Amino acid sequence: MILNIIYAFLTVSVLGTLFGFGLAFASKKLAIKKDERVLAVEDALPSANCGACGFAGCAAYADAIVNAAADITLCAPGGATTQVAIAEIMGLEATGGDSVKMVARVHCFGNDETSKKDFSYDGILDCNAAAILFQGDKSCKYGCLALGSCITVCPVDAITKGEDGRINVDKEVCIGCEKCVTVCPTGVMKMIPYDADYFIACNSNDKGAAVKRACTVGCIGCKICERKFPEAGYTVKNFLSEIDYTIEPEGRDKAAEACPTSCIRIAD
Amino acid sequence: MSYIAIVITFVFINNFILTQFLGLCPFIGVSKNTESAIGMGFAVTFVMAIASVVTWLVYYYVLIPLGLTYLQTITFILVIASLVQLVEMIVQKISPPLYKALGIFLPLITTNCAVLGIALINVTNSYGLLESFVAGISAGLGFLLAIVLMANIRERLDLEDVPKPLQGVPVAFISGGLMALAFMAFDKALLTNLLG
Repeated sequence: MILNIIYAFLTVSVLGTLFGFGLAFASKKLAIKKDERVLAVEDALPSANCGACGFAGCAAYADAIVNAAADITLCAPGGATTQVAIAEIMGLEATGGDSVKMVARVHCFGNDETSKKDFSYDGILDCNAAAILFQGDKSCKYGCLALGSCITVCPVDAITKGEDGRINVDKEVCIGCEKCVTVCPTGVMKMIPYDADYFIACNSNDKGAAVKRACTVGCIGCKICERKFPEAGYTVKNFLSEIDYTIEPEGRDKAAEACPTSCIRIAD
Repeated sequence: MSYIAIVITFVFINNFILTQFLGLCPFIGVSKNTESAIGMGFAVTFVMAIASVVTWLVYYYVLIPLGLTYLQTITFILVIASLVQLVEMIVQKISPPLYKALGIFLPLITTNCAVLGIALINVTNSYGLLESFVAGISAGLGFLLAIVLMANIRERLDLEDVPKPLQGVPVAFISGGLMALAFMAFDKALLTNLLG
């Protein structure tokens, strides 16, 4: 009886010790030297794993920078600070790259009150699903479908849907990964500089009359902003005004007041 | 028992997840998208196959000669846990791509009940070494089948308008239950009809 217990005890202890030493030996023998620079670069990256750089995550990007000489300017959330940190680790010059911080914004101000619908959509609550059906339920085929595919895809929860049915991006939270821009079927989600003062809250390339039929807050391409305020950086292309953010604007606020459909809105 | 019968038994009739309800933790945890479900499925298959062989060796060459068969459960856990760790290290060393595909799932299954289950079932059915190996692979493939089906269902469920209290894991369990009902169609009669 006692012998049995001793046997059992011994067997399990011997097996356990054997496996323990085996594993310890194996971990020494099979240890893989990780490149210290990869770890350092990984630390410098924001760890948001958003995929904006085109790699599978921050770890994969760090690996690519060190081992495949990937471009160090690809991290949108990290911006200039990350770039400088990586450049230091890798012994490279920080080229600056695209150092203006960009944030996403919905270029549409239409909701159920302002915009007409062609039909009542009762399908899967997903913009891309809705867009398959006659490009969405809205009469305007350029506007925001407001079903929130961008909300789902946003890695930092910067996008919310307000009670007025409009999709808002919190620019303080937005890391500029452009995932929402990619997922948006109508292309109404566009990137603007973080410190942009105004933006055009419309994405419609329809002629003025067609825009007016579909929506009360769309850009009708009247060119008042372009003609009357030539210093403010507005250009109207395809019946849609665009703002040039690279110049020093003059009178951009006055143009916003003059806009007949007030679709030049403050980017707050 | 022929090898074909073992394969059919463990993939369909005694499917580890849908009939024996073993290994539900990774089944629910890693079935959110098909890609990781496939990775998990193959990792489990791999570990089950190796664990079947090693536990068979330990059982017949250590436990039986010493008359300590009642220690099988604790010994098997010990063997499987160390084995998975070792396999993880070896795979990381010799094949980084395979490690990337399977590696993150391996630690999750060190003490998985499905892996322990196949070791104990092999002993209970007194399978030979090769039979144990085939049973291990088949059980793993059964797991792969169930988890990939589940991942596909869950990907579609994500797009559906599920009532709030049921969203996520609850509706996954309900779907799993319905799948288990469907798998009840596979029973021993299938075996006799197919193989006589």
